[in-house]
Amino acid sequence: MSILINKDSRVITQGITGKTGQFHTHHSIDYANGKTCYVAGVTPGKGGMEVEGVPVFNTVTEAREATDANVSVIYVPPPFAAAAIGEAVDAGIEVVICITEGIPVKDMIMTRARMRDSATILVGPNCPGVITPEEIKIGIMPGYIHKKGRIGVVSRSGTLTYEVVDQLSKLGLGQSTCVGIGGDPVNGLKHLDVMKLFNDDPDTDAVVMCGEIGGTDEEECAEWIADNMSKPVAAFIAGVTAPPGKRMGHAGAIISGGKGTASEKIAALEEAGVSVTRNPAEIGELMRSRL
Amino acid sequence: MKIHEYQGKQILREYDVAVPRGVACFSVDDAVSAAQDLGGEVWVVKAQIHAGGRGKGGGVKVAKSIDEVKSYADEILGMTLITHQTGPQGQVVKRLLVEEGADIKDELYIGLVVDRSSQKVVFMASSEGGTEIEKVAEETPEKIHKELIDPEAGLTNEQARSLAADIGIPVSAIEEAAELFKKLYQAFWDKDASLAEINPLIVTNDDRIIALDAKINFDDNALYRHPELLEMRDLDEEDPDEIEAAKFGLSYISLDGNIGCLVNGAGLAMATMDIIKLYGAEPANFLDVGGGATTEQVTEAFKIMLKSDKLKAILVNIFGGIMRCDVVAEGLVNAAREVNLKVPLVVRLEGTNVEKGREIIEQSGIEIITATNMADAAEKVSAVAGN
Repeated sequence: MSILINKDSRVITQGITGKTGQFHTHHSIDYANGKTCYVAGVTPGKGGMEVEGVPVFNTVTEAREATDANVSVIYVPPPFAAAAIGEAVDAGIEVVICITEGIPVKDMIMTRARMRDSATILVGPNCPGVITPEEIKIGIMPGYIHKKGRIGVVSRSGTLTYEVVDQLSKLGLGQSTCVGIGGDPVNGLKHLDVMKLFNDDPDTDAVVMCGEIGGTDEEECAEWIADNMSKPVAAFIAGVTAPPGKRMGHAGAIISGGKGTASEKIAALEEAGVSVTRNPAEIGELMRSRL
Repeated sequence: MKIHEYQGKQILREYDVAVPRGVACFSVDDAVSAAQDLGGEVWVVKAQIHAGGRGKGGGVKVAKSIDEVKSYADEILGMTLITHQTGPQGQVVKRLLVEEGADIKDELYIGLVVDRSSQKVVFMASSEGGTEIEKVAEETPEKIHKELIDPEAGLTNEQARSLAADIGIPVSAIEEAAELFKKLYQAFWDKDASLAEINPLIVTNDDRIIALDAKINFDDNALYRHPELLEMRDLDEEDPDEIEAAKFGLSYISLDGNIGCLVNGAGLAMATMDIIKLYGAEPANFLDVGGGATTEQVTEAFKIMLKSDKLKAILVNIFGGIMRCDVVAEGLVNAAREVNLKVPLVVRLEGTNVEKGREIIEQSGIEIITATNMADAAEKVSAVAGN
């Protein structure tokens, strides 16, 4: 078991004929069961082609009907990415993972409003994707640093997640699933949602959570952990030194109106019984100490 | 992206939101003729900079004669205005707004932002206008009224009226205020704003509702569909280093410390700043080189960092995933040669082809201190910087 995706997932790449989509589909197909998991690509107007050995369709609905796909990954450029999410939702895809960075917030507000009554789970946008080690990789992360195991990882950032995964793997702590939820202010799964999934997953024993400044997602997650989490959680919050009012790369990483500071998040997590380190080089060790 | 108050009011006028009559001015002569054209007996001379807190900093003056307009304009234009939002270095005033005086009975606050938890735009309103709204939110949160806006329905009449009533707008003016709220929301939505604040929104003695100030920020990701907004960008208000960095795809923010850092990925870049501080030093900047880290980008990053005479050392922290460490190492070596680095350089590489990357660095003949992990890197950079 794992969460969100596994070796039986059937994946569509939306935007497969673009440079990024093709590149990452290639590497994802090379990883573990990728060859059987990746079943289709979608690019409007390019139906009938074949890219990386998978058939290309004009629409997600056509691709789904032909291949019975249940997951999609999106590498569509920002002006069209929200519409691509909408198309996957309308086609009844179960899990949609949007890698695209730079989608206007307004487009995401509209997309999330349309998803209100939908069963589709959205991961991202502006995220590295999701990986269940040694089973399936959906996204842009380097597959080889991951190791199969029983630690869940959830994070708002890309390379910081790789850093943590690398630390865990080198300590012999494999991962059940690693989920990059992305750095945008309006997105799909939040820390809290992923934490619930890990709590219910019999193959996850503990969770590493990486947050960053901006918003109150970490605080909301902490509140839930305090009352409900049955597994140990180790955390790191990036941005203790970030000045207020400055956007630190990610659209969502900004301290505004005195809210969203790292110290508030750390305090909330510690109060909820989460072990928090201020040293990003010691996240793996901290997790090990909690097992 | 931020714009000036007078530009914000220009947008509000397009949406038929009541604002005072006023003219943007770039010289004292402009200001005098603007006041003469506006007529009346009272004028307000307002410094136009992007930061808030202008009044407290001495950048807003009420003039009761044309002579006063002239002397205030002379005083404010060219002054370095220091407010709680400009930082200690302040911001030089290059533009003024000269407006007709307003007849104020009551000062209120309205604002719009994106609420991340509900994933909707939230309309905030308070009877406590004219002050720092952050303070009101902290000390008397019950005085801030909020309505979440359904993106399909927009701000409804009912929501707008109830907000107007909540903040004490006189009954006879509620309809007018509700209309203004709806128009402001429409402007916010149409223009892909990320923040719109009217502080103060005033009630005049004859119960008219007027937006006396306008602070509007926009979503950078949506600017591609708003060429009309891009024309309002004022580069004088932005850090020239940040502008230069952006041209090379670098996300850069200068800070007060003396350790330059170059990292791939925003989260890892923040974590690197944090660990530098943890080991007793202070970061000089945030710098996310993104997914590439080409020779050109690294060279540019080094050049920007080296502009500061405070800089004592540089830490490069790269986790190579798709981006291979050997490619990064070559970029680093070339860049270090090109800019003739005069401060110690500590490099921590991890990820794909890391062995090859380290080899390239060792064989380059360039003095580079290598580190095996983030803690090692932070400790070494802090030590060479003399901390």
